[in-house]
Amino acid sequence: MQKSIRRYAALFVLPALTCFFIAFLVPMISGVILSFFKFSTVLDGTFVGWQNYKLAFINNEFATSLWFNVRFTLVSVVTINIGAFALAMLLTRGLKGTNAFRTIFFMPNLIGGIVLGWIWQLIINGFLLPKGVTIVTDPKYGFWGLVVLMNWQNIGYMMVIYIAAIQNIPVELIEAARIDGAGNKTMLTSVILPSIAPSLTICLFLTITSGFRLFDQNLALTAGDPGKQTEMLALNIYNTFYRRTGFEGVGQAKAVIFTLLVALIALTQLAISRSREEEA
Amino acid sequence: MKKTLLLCMVALMVVGSPLFAAGLQETAPAKEVYFLNFKPEIADVYETKIAPVFEAETGIKLKVVTAASGTYATTLKSELAKSNPPVIFQTNGPMGLAGSLDYTADLKNTNFYKILSDKSMALGEGGQVLAIPYAVEGYGIIYNDAIMRAYFALPNKAVKINSADEINNFALLKAVVEDMQKNKAALGIQGVFASTSMAAGNDWRWQTHLVNVPLYYELRSKGIPFGTKTRDFDFSYGPQMKNIWDLYLNNSTTAKGLLGAKSVDDAMAEFALGQAAMVQNGNWGASQILGVKGNKVADSDIKFMPIYIGVAGEENIGLCVGTENYLCINKKVSAEQQALGDQFLTWLFSSASGKAFVKNDLMFITPFNTFAENELPTDPLAKEVIRWMNKSGVTSVSWDFSVIPSEEWKTQFGAALGDYINGRKNWAEVSRVATDVWKTEFDLSN
Repeated sequence: MQKSIRRYAALFVLPALTCFFIAFLVPMISGVILSFFKFSTVLDGTFVGWQNYKLAFINNEFATSLWFNVRFTLVSVVTINIGAFALAMLLTRGLKGTNAFRTIFFMPNLIGGIVLGWIWQLIINGFLLPKGVTIVTDPKYGFWGLVVLMNWQNIGYMMVIYIAAIQNIPVELIEAARIDGAGNKTMLTSVILPSIAPSLTICLFLTITSGFRLFDQNLALTAGDPGKQTEMLALNIYNTFYRRTGFEGVGQAKAVIFTLLVALIALTQLAISRSREEEA
Repeated sequence: MKKTLLLCMVALMVVGSPLFAAGLQETAPAKEVYFLNFKPEIADVYETKIAPVFEAETGIKLKVVTAASGTYATTLKSELAKSNPPVIFQTNGPMGLAGSLDYTADLKNTNFYKILSDKSMALGEGGQVLAIPYAVEGYGIIYNDAIMRAYFALPNKAVKINSADEINNFALLKAVVEDMQKNKAALGIQGVFASTSMAAGNDWRWQTHLVNVPLYYELRSKGIPFGTKTRDFDFSYGPQMKNIWDLYLNNSTTAKGLLGAKSVDDAMAEFALGQAAMVQNGNWGASQILGVKGNKVADSDIKFMPIYIGVAGEENIGLCVGTENYLCINKKVSAEQQALGDQFLTWLFSSASGKAFVKNDLMFITPFNTFAENELPTDPLAKEVIRWMNKSGVTSVSWDFSVIPSEEWKTQFGAALGDYINGRKNWAEVSRVATDVWKTEFDLSN
């Protein structure tokens, strides 16, 4: 049995490998190659070397989106994780209706980003109407709108991860800590937080990368307005590629820079969190 | 045995996958013309009315795909890369053409080119004819004459003139508009001008159309002929643009802070419902007025006036008339397909049934010699454009915005106008954006 599985391994892997190849590897490699070309359709172009990478920084548009994106990600990572952890603590105490609440908090995650964007645009504009402004009147409204939207969508998901982690803490450990006289604060910082460190790593990773990759919500909520002041990296790349004639290659170059950047940040975060997990 | 089986299966998959992929490829039926349509508002006409008749008369199938508003460039890009690409596609002028030179066939020997009345209107390069205009359009300030008559009948009106016809410069327009705004309750309107729409993708009425007026005056005063690219744009008529821009904003149906959420559709609906007396738009907006549910404006009350911005001698200018609708034929499809494309276009603009569609459903004012006087469109705005074009002593403002160096300039200028509305930029800063970005973008694209 073992032997025949081994023999047919190649065959079983083939479909998945083919899909991975067609849908991921080929587009990714051709994307990197295209970033060195000037082209209008992806099938023919002329080689221009590093030109596209230079043009990517021709004005500070890309840097502005990067800075907006960094601020957004910092704020939303902190608020999402604190919110999710707080909810998880609340919903692991055996309160009445715990399951119903868990479901309700998780539900926003099931709605698509575009739909969420439109819904929140209506809600936020409704709130701002008495002040005589809309979400695109000032970039700060867009910023906080995006933070609220991101929180609403992601807190439930992260909450589920934290709940699972909290429930996995051995009861003996908690009882022992109580007998040793640990108060609520000590319990939190010395027992619970160290025990859920692996989940914290995962949640940080997920929120940081999704913060940087945010696209649909951004497009539907503000579309980068006013001006390009609420335009995040992914939307900026999209607009460069599709909205500027002759800048397709530049959009591609930005996408390559973007991929490297997100990978770098995410891997650094993973490495740091992992090493701290091991210490704990 | 097992090894042979394995080999056979792997071989089958390897051989099978290209076959499978080939099977998926779309193959065009022998006689089909693929037209990538630019105007969503008339997509229905092509699909449900023109295509069946064309097929019945010629036996050629017409495949129409329409790009959603604001996504034509995107759609064109991806469609051209497909195995069954569009035969006929649209370009918006010299700048758009520059982006698709790899795909535009020479149309010099087509029948479609032969019916164009003024051959100088076609776009080309190096002796080739690459794009042919198919619809002339005009824009200006559309006004509701019923509301204007009600205003001029007011006993307490502050102006001396007695009808909207007499408005022929900015000073008069401003006096009338501001007085109307004061009397808006008596007139039953929410504001004189419909919302200055600034929602994403809805600011083209300002960053392209309105700015064309100062651009036109500047280029003519510098002696630069129509259609010539220039690196220097001084925005020397910027203060005049500020005149009209402030007038739009201060006498509007909508508070400034809310304009960022307003679309062109909203503005046209306000006009159609009688909530506003004026709206800046072109004759393509006719269907948006006539088609609105609960439309309160009578056809005969829909009138045009030129955009006056306060330049000496503007009494003699007319509407902004021009075109950014050019058709191209894809040179990368077979010669036979190209011929079919030519056949379709010639049929649409010269056969009796084709011309009837153009007049009644597409409502184009065409530049072709196949149309007789009585075959021009009859919707109120098209009639007004034709009236202004033929008015004696009046010069139409040409569509000089075709020399704007890039879409990016429009985007940034539009954003600056938005910042001005919300007080984040003053007019001097808006002007600086207009002139600086022009240079940057010109250098990038030339």
